[in-house]
Amino acid sequence: MNRRRSSIIDPLLTVLTWVGTLVMFTPIAWMILTSFKTEEDAVSYPPKLFFSPTLDHYRRIFENDFASFATVSILVTVISTAIVIVLAVPAAFALTVRPVPKWRDVLFFFISTKMMPIAAGIVPIYLVARAFDLLNTSTVLVIVYTSMNLPLAIWMIRSFMVEIPRDVFDAVAVDGAGRIREMVQIIVPLIKPGLASTALLCAIFAWNEFFLAVNLTTTVSTLPVFLQKFLSFGKLYTAQVAAVATLINIPVVIAGWLAQKSLTRGLTFGAVK
Amino acid sequence: MSKPIRRSTFVGARAYSLAFSVSLGLLLAQAVQAEPITLTVALAANPQMETAAKLIDNFYAKYPDIKVKFQTLPENQLRPTVLKDVATKSGQFDVVMIGAYEVPLWAQKGWITNLSKEFVAKDTEWKSDDLLTPIRDLVSYKGDMFATPFYGSSSFMFYRKDLFQKAGLNMPEQPTWDQVADFAAKLDDKSKNISGICLRGIPGWGQSLAPLTTVINTFGGRWFDEKWEPQLSSPKSKEAINFYVKLLKEHGQQDAAKDGWQECLQLFTQGKTAMWYDDTVFAGPVIDQANAEVKNNVGFALAPIKEKPGSGWLWAWGLSIPTTSKHQDAAWKLVAWLTSQEYIKLAGEKAGWGTVPPGSRQSTYKLSAYEAATKDYADLTLKSINAANPLKPTVDPVPYTGVQYVTIPEFEQIGDFTSQQLAGAISGQMSADDAIKASETKIKEIMEDAGYIK
Amino acid sequence: MRMKIMTSISLPDRSRATRPSGRLAKGWWDRLPLLPALVFVILVTQLPFVITLYYSLQRWNLVSTNAPRFVWFRNFVNAATDATFLKAVVNTGVMTFSIVVASVLVGGLLAAGLNREFRGRTIARTLAITPFFIMPVAAALFWKTGIFDPTFGILGWITDEIGIGRINWISQYPKLTIIIITTWQWSAFALLILLAGMQSFPTEVAEAAEVDGASRLYVFRRLMLPHLRPFIELTGLLVAMYVLENFAAIAILTNGGPAYSTTNLSYYVYLEAFSAFDLGRASAFGMISLAIAMALTIPMLRVVSGIFKEGGRA
Repeated sequence: MNRRRSSIIDPLLTVLTWVGTLVMFTPIAWMILTSFKTEEDAVSYPPKLFFSPTLDHYRRIFENDFASFATVSILVTVISTAIVIVLAVPAAFALTVRPVPKWRDVLFFFISTKMMPIAAGIVPIYLVARAFDLLNTSTVLVIVYTSMNLPLAIWMIRSFMVEIPRDVFDAVAVDGAGRIREMVQIIVPLIKPGLASTALLCAIFAWNEFFLAVNLTTTVSTLPVFLQKFLSFGKLYTAQVAAVATLINIPVVIAGWLAQKSLTRGLTFGAVK
Repeated sequence: MSKPIRRSTFVGARAYSLAFSVSLGLLLAQAVQAEPITLTVALAANPQMETAAKLIDNFYAKYPDIKVKFQTLPENQLRPTVLKDVATKSGQFDVVMIGAYEVPLWAQKGWITNLSKEFVAKDTEWKSDDLLTPIRDLVSYKGDMFATPFYGSSSFMFYRKDLFQKAGLNMPEQPTWDQVADFAAKLDDKSKNISGICLRGIPGWGQSLAPLTTVINTFGGRWFDEKWEPQLSSPKSKEAINFYVKLLKEHGQQDAAKDGWQECLQLFTQGKTAMWYDDTVFAGPVIDQANAEVKNNVGFALAPIKEKPGSGWLWAWGLSIPTTSKHQDAAWKLVAWLTSQEYIKLAGEKAGWGTVPPGSRQSTYKLSAYEAATKDYADLTLKSINAANPLKPTVDPVPYTGVQYVTIPEFEQIGDFTSQQLAGAISGQMSADDAIKASETKIKEIMEDAGYIK
Repeated sequence: MRMKIMTSISLPDRSRATRPSGRLAKGWWDRLPLLPALVFVILVTQLPFVITLYYSLQRWNLVSTNAPRFVWFRNFVNAATDATFLKAVVNTGVMTFSIVVASVLVGGLLAAGLNREFRGRTIARTLAITPFFIMPVAAALFWKTGIFDPTFGILGWITDEIGIGRINWISQYPKLTIIIITTWQWSAFALLILLAGMQSFPTEVAEAAEVDGASRLYVFRRLMLPHLRPFIELTGLLVAMYVLENFAAIAILTNGGPAYSTTNLSYYVYLEAFSAFDLGRASAFGMISLAIAMALTIPMLRVVSGIFKEGGRA
């Protein structure tokens, strides 16, 4: 590298980058720190950086039905994500490897459904769910989360399939039976990392979703709904919320950290190799 | 040719499946009889109800053939959840906890069972004479009870005795709003980050409009005149709203437009405000959660007044049985048990007298253990409840009932809008007068649309 | 023939041309894998709109004592004269636009900083993208008391210490509050994509230009930015898609207030449907927000299709 001016500018930029990074992370660090404080320390003035830590809030997480909400969250996230992948792989296949006529229109149809505000359909979704006796069940959340994530998943998976070299398929016959084999045995293994990052992103969106959960379910519901209850107990809740939030974000954050690379690749719809 | 044959086989199949389903139905019916009945109960998530959930084993001991499934929800979610359920006749709940505002409206719509007619008259064990009269009236429609009161409450003033003493001030048992404004100005301590008073400011008809409406009432204002013409811009209502906004802006807590009773409770228990005007039911939790400095210095006074005496609000959480419930008798057993003298005693002994549901029964206030535990505020609570009159809440006559709300179905919509404008005024985005003007235009629109005024 | 096109399979026209014509069954074999997803999406996302349309023509309030009745377009007329609704439309536009721009800017700057060699770069990047993974409800709850609150929050203390006093964030700057917290989460997302975009920039080009005496700024403006354009557009599109429906932060921090200044379309539909229980009006609002979203969608779709044309992807 022949950058002469960099001797002064580079360290400065590095410092600035670190400042920016820390600004981004400070709220999270503060949240983690708060989760080890007593409720009174959490709201003390001036804010306490040093305090005698307590694990009380972590011990008390399992009060107030945390377990049942967490179970629903995990169930809904895993099942809806699995269905998304199972539906999206063949769809992406039909839009990429053996494209149907007008595949481009279909692709744009999918992404356009993502741009329709869910709020516009919430009343009928609610009423239809009631008609089928699905309100306040995890089934209704699985259904709506699947449809919420499906378009994005199809786009991402398609972008991974596009990159498979053509000659890979030449060995396979293209009759009906061969097609399933082609999909399951050849394509899926090739795009495994891509599928994983797609699944992760869908899982994050399902795990964090609030609007549909709060409107369609109440007691059989996911963790965001559980968390929002803290507002109305009329107690000090900052530290307790921090503890719950820290705990339930740990798996997502770690998965996100591990999958950084393939996540970006999928999100750029394959524009980056 | 083939058609009749097909039809007959079809009919045959139908008959067969019918027979099958009938026998299956019989089997199921038998199974149901042997199985205990399970009641699904929607409750507000508050300390009193948490106690109820913990004590349910005592109910099982009495009625072994009934099982109870509690679904506790935050207040703001309980309302829409239960309403959606009963209005669409989903029949998910056997017992629902609803507020005083809903009881007459839902009774009128036939959504909830007439308890007086169906149960109270027959059940001599459940003492209905012992209920506090204003609270019983509150959960009644046309003289019949449609809910049993789980707890009843009014509003009063919480204040810090130590701060008053230090400032050389004295809180009378019956303060006026002018005095309170004066105290707030003197106690407001920006350097120590302690506000003069904490009042609700967050939008929501059940939030900021509750205290504001009691201020409007005592200032001599009202929501509507006898012809349902909106009266927020009448001089006295206007004065009251301007007073509330000004007090909150000048000596209220910081960032008041985001605070409901939850935040005020936090601020008061952490010593960040000198006064707080809110529901009497928070007296127990305040003492329970206060930090060391505040704990022994909590004082109580009646709701401040201006023109009209007895300006506290009146509220009750009642237990109702939706008409869609298939287990009416079992539901009554639970409802009666949860609001019985026996339960109150049990809750006091097992969970502490501070978390006993207050304000429902006279006998509660005669229990010596309860008296001892709540001596600081029990009398004032009773006094406030008895002084409030939801049938005649204002100085001038009104066509509606309800102290801190208006018992018409449109009030939720009206209240949500008005409280949004109020928050706008509190946050300084608009003047109180503009907020009133915008609200009144909207109220008029809603009332015309609903056919109250032409 | 095959040998020549083996580098890419995305040549649909050609593959269609090679398919023997008139074989319907074969066409359906091609379509079959697509159908489950397509049917599912149509059922769950399109059908509701048809039903919404029907409800939007009714006067139907769950709590009202009046029975539902058909009122044609009155709900739409009311919406057009409803100042709050118009406010919600403007709020949606202002907040979405600001969040998208701010996210791209913040994310882009961070990406530029992280797209350099320095010690601890991986750690820095990992920390900077974390906000995206935090549950929005948890973030909003914690920011409300832990950060924004002028009495209890850390921001109140910081601003007090540096001498600008305690700021009543939610009362005084409600929109900004929502924008800040949402941008915080989505700029991390923007960082992910933009950093990938920068890393795909061929370094040889930049080095060659610098050898030719081009300044860093010049390289950035003339070479990097054009290269990044599709990535920026993509980021904007994805962020807009999700932020248009921003709900958690609003529901928890402001209840849409004060004076509806943070009420966006999603929140207003929610208020109308599940607080006022006016299902007819709520449906009409839903239809209008759909129309607005569509109006925004068409240019956005052009942008996306542009991305893929330029990238040679489709």
